[in-house]
Amino acid sequence: MTCTEFLALLDELIEGAVSDETRAQLEKHLSGCDHCTVTLNTTRKTIEIYRSHELYELPTNVRDRLHAAILARCKNGC
Amino acid sequence: MATIQVTGENEQHPDVALVASAVAGDVQAFEKLIRKYDRQIFRIAQHITQNREDAEDVVQDAFLKAYEKLNQFQGNSKFYTWLVRIAVNESLMRLRKRRTGKMVSIDEDIETDEGSVPRDLADWSPNPEQNYSQTELAKILRKTIQGLPPGFRVVFVLRDVDGLSTEETAEMLGLSIPAVKSRLLRARLQLRERLSRYFRSKKAGEK
Repeated sequence: MTCTEFLALLDELIEGAVSDETRAQLEKHLSGCDHCTVTLNTTRKTIEIYRSHELYELPTNVRDRLHAAILARCKNGC
Repeated sequence: MATIQVTGENEQHPDVALVASAVAGDVQAFEKLIRKYDRQIFRIAQHITQNREDAEDVVQDAFLKAYEKLNQFQGNSKFYTWLVRIAVNESLMRLRKRRTGKMVSIDEDIETDEGSVPRDLADWSPNPEQNYSQTELAKILRKTIQGLPPGFRVVFVLRDVDGLSTEETAEMLGLSIPAVKSRLLRARLQLRERLSRYFRSKKAGEK
């Protein structure tokens, strides 16, 4: 397996959506390729870090204002 | 021939009843839908438009458009999928207005070689985010994702932040499944490479 072939299956590997046979091939590639090992680990970390940090909070006062504006127009038939 | 009944397929999504009540004139049912999804819609809109005022307008207009067209909503797709489609279109429209003369589209194929095998082999220090304050980290994460094309940002947010499936993301954006997969890979690799600037170990390659 080449690095390009490994990358093509990166999503499936991260999602855990690979067959046992494919997983074995991917792990074999990883055992001899530092480059792909680093890519896999840091890509996983990238996803985790973005998932665990809300970058754009919607403050309660803004939410309330938006809800009021939407509902007022809904009640008037938009 | 089929004797095994798949029970899951006939289970009704809780939004279906809320949509039906809202269509019948129950505004409170619609308010429940707003409360359920407004934060996600705001996040998606903010990632596409990169402008707070525009993102707030998108939340308002997307829900109003959904309310207006609620009787046209086909129950064969999820309400949230349908709502995101409306919000993505509203967001792109606003982005175009601010970038007059520059074509902005989700489905344009963005030429880049950054989806190929990464050049940067530097590993990251363990828990690299701990080297930054929450404020600094949020700034880094925002700056990094803002450097990606809008079509990459939105795929990454739907798939990796919202946790939606490739199929749902494709339906929301009107893209093919291979297009979503390709954008997701390139978005992840570009983010990873750009974050390496902040998160790499002091000595590259050293564990």
